[in-house]
Amino acid sequence: MKLDARIPSGAIAEKWDKHRFEMKLVNPANKRKHSVIVVGTGLAGASAAASLAELGYSVRTFCYQDSARRAHSIAAQGGINAAKNYQNDGDSVYRLFYDTVKGGDYRAREANVYRLAQVSVNIIDQCVAQGVPFAREYGGLLANRSFGGTQVSRTFYARGQTGQQLLLGAYQALARQVSAGKVEHHSRTEMLDVVLIDGRARGVVTRNLVTGEIRTWVADAVLLCTGGYSNVYYLSTNAMGCNVTAAWRAHRRGAGFANPCFTQIHPTCIPVAGEEQSKLTLMSESLRNDGRIWVPKKADEKRRPPEIPEGERDYYLERRYPSFGNLVPRDVASRAAKERCDAGYGVGTTGYGVYLDFKDAIDRMGQNAISERYGNLFQMYEKITGEDPYQTPMRIYPAPHYTMGGLWVDYNLMTTIPGLHALGEANFSDHGANRLGASALMQGLADGYFVIPYTLGHDLATADLPTVSENHEECRRTEEEARQRVERLLSIDGKRTVDDIHRELGRLMWNEVGMSRTREGLKKTIARIPELREEFWKNVTVPGSGEHLNQSLEKAGRLADFLEFAEVMARDALEREESCGGHFREEHQTEEGEAMRDDDNFSHASVWEWKGENQAAELHKETLEFEHCKPTQRSYK
Amino acid sequence: MRFTLKVWRQNGPGDSGRFVEYAAEDISSDSSFLEMLDRVNESLEAEGEEPIVFDHDCREGICGACSMMIDGYAHGPERGTTACQLHMRHFKDGQTITLEPWRVRPFPVVRDLMVDRSAFDRIIESGGYVSVNTGSAPEANLIPIPKDIADDAFDSATCIGCGACAASCPNGSAMLFVSAKVHHLNSLPQGEPESLKRTAEMVMRMDEEGFGNCTNHGECEVACPKEISMRNISRMNRDFVRSSLLARVFGSNGNS
Repeated sequence: MKLDARIPSGAIAEKWDKHRFEMKLVNPANKRKHSVIVVGTGLAGASAAASLAELGYSVRTFCYQDSARRAHSIAAQGGINAAKNYQNDGDSVYRLFYDTVKGGDYRAREANVYRLAQVSVNIIDQCVAQGVPFAREYGGLLANRSFGGTQVSRTFYARGQTGQQLLLGAYQALARQVSAGKVEHHSRTEMLDVVLIDGRARGVVTRNLVTGEIRTWVADAVLLCTGGYSNVYYLSTNAMGCNVTAAWRAHRRGAGFANPCFTQIHPTCIPVAGEEQSKLTLMSESLRNDGRIWVPKKADEKRRPPEIPEGERDYYLERRYPSFGNLVPRDVASRAAKERCDAGYGVGTTGYGVYLDFKDAIDRMGQNAISERYGNLFQMYEKITGEDPYQTPMRIYPAPHYTMGGLWVDYNLMTTIPGLHALGEANFSDHGANRLGASALMQGLADGYFVIPYTLGHDLATADLPTVSENHEECRRTEEEARQRVERLLSIDGKRTVDDIHRELGRLMWNEVGMSRTREGLKKTIARIPELREEFWKNVTVPGSGEHLNQSLEKAGRLADFLEFAEVMARDALEREESCGGHFREEHQTEEGEAMRDDDNFSHASVWEWKGENQAAELHKETLEFEHCKPTQRSYK
Repeated sequence: MRFTLKVWRQNGPGDSGRFVEYAAEDISSDSSFLEMLDRVNESLEAEGEEPIVFDHDCREGICGACSMMIDGYAHGPERGTTACQLHMRHFKDGQTITLEPWRVRPFPVVRDLMVDRSAFDRIIESGGYVSVNTGSAPEANLIPIPKDIADDAFDSATCIGCGACAASCPNGSAMLFVSAKVHHLNSLPQGEPESLKRTAEMVMRMDEEGFGNCTNHGECEVACPKEISMRNISRMNRDFVRSSLLARVFGSNGNS
């Protein structure tokens, strides 16, 4: 596997401009002759599909949900970053770039991050023009708030529903192109495989979830905008249907998978309540702007929070990190919560929770001001827990949320398979080992609105694209493999439900490849996963048939891929003998318990190549150069 | 807690469908309504039976996938709550709970509690957008929008497209859904240029899909999990009348 990042030469601020000029263009009259498949209709997918259709390409989109509008970007709460510097507080493209590379613990590619910061300003313009109702000041201009890991206010937001509003903007842009006949959209359709012809991605195999029909679609290029893999943990903040299948199937066909062990455990989620729990709910990081995080100073404290006097509370983030306080980056906040709970100071019935307290903010600004900012989040918390956060502190605990790892892509967002591109959370490129808050929405839309419309043109203009049809033998073969896999899943007829095995995998991954990892635990996990995979293929039960809507079958197919993916995730964590960002190896920490990076040996992206079933994947490395952001130990003290 | 569930099972649009009873045993009061259903489904799967099919995804009340009538109420009896955010602590131990799909003609049943809501997508495709190509947007702060107008547009824009409004309306009307999008876009300067055309085309599409008319029952507003106001409907009617008058006088509705 050859890893050529294709980073343009020249000064960092000029790379993207220069590259845009040097890339080949597709003649306007020829664009409609090029067909493009977009899998996934979240922020990256919808924005890419709409923008490409506007340019004139013939686009087909697919999503597993019943409508493109329901992709999980819809659930993003807090906001979207952009270097507008509207607050006159010292922000700039360079600062956003710097903060993102630093926040990612120096494991991202500088050139990509700089471009992300550059186009961030265009995203806000585009969204406002679409009618996205961002929060505004009384003067009518856009409002901003601050987020973790930064000291400027650059986050644009729409109450606690920013993702919803941005996705609806992109979905509406997509709807406009559907109506114009430039996009053919397929809901309730899941991608099962990617088709390679002469080494290039030329189509996908899908299953119509309603009729069970498995078929091939061919195109000149394929874009995977299929999100992240947090559901490998079973319990996560992802939607129930989020899965690794598209990315994993592409990996099995030759796409390198980069940094699978970089997962983000979000510090502010509602703690697990019981065995029946099916998912975890995030409470936006923006709450840390006004909420103060604490635990009792006494272990096994039984008093209710209001009865615990100020002097007996440990505001541990403010204590450990006086300059950033409650606004330290997510990885730091999560580990600090785990440390307190492991030491016996946690709250709630399980002892795995900390308080997020708004009393001071309510006393200072009044309940109305807090409700204006976070009303829907407070309401959501009350619905789930039955407790009123205006009266009593929220209880929160970290939970799997976002995955920085993903398909390796070059500067043009192309994977190691020519013609196959990965956008948004599905790729690995911009967040390094830890993503800063409000940067996921920025990256998804940057890739879709402002990067791929240029880079895809170059790919199409320079590729050799003989006409192919759905009857090509590679299409037939790939389709047949997908069909056999479905039949195999249906024929096992074992004793355990899909969810039961998924829960077991999730527990294993959370305990050993979660917030903190050890050599011994990872080795144990790497040995255990193949056993669990075997158990699945021998003993899972999938009732019903493949010829109609069958949700058990959908879940089984996704879990089968998680069971393969989990192994490379654990191996990546074992191989990376350092702590950085969301990847914390207990063997590599300072005396104060902070993450200890090893820049001499691990300043690279780890890219895994599939070598076949039950064969060890091969590790390749893309060395990361830091010309501008000199790696230092991140300090938020 | 334990419950008796009377669940609508239907193999597809052609099947006539029937209620089937299930027991939900040993349910924690902290579990959500859908987690209770998961539990019933897992026991069905363990016996090799096909689970109850229902739409769901984010399970935090924002994607709009979940959609079921619970004891005759869209999303259940709690106000401002989607089915996925409903928790069992609001039910009585031993209670019998009836589950049905949305029942409105433009939403045909796909299977059991799952319906096809693509009619809503087609309504958005008919005009629920601002025609602005990527790259052509002016600087974001160039057009100030008074905070109250922006907040009001936001309130309408919070619609999750679940269809509870149409499912609860005695006329099967989708006016709350359509008007929420119309008002969100028409009230902002960015959406203003296309406002009358948008209104006319979305309303026309809604009628073509077979949704009924609004006769001010107000069930939609009560059922809406995002508590979207019926005021949107009267504002849309005003724009619709303007659009129709312009069409009658000038032969076009003003925007085209």
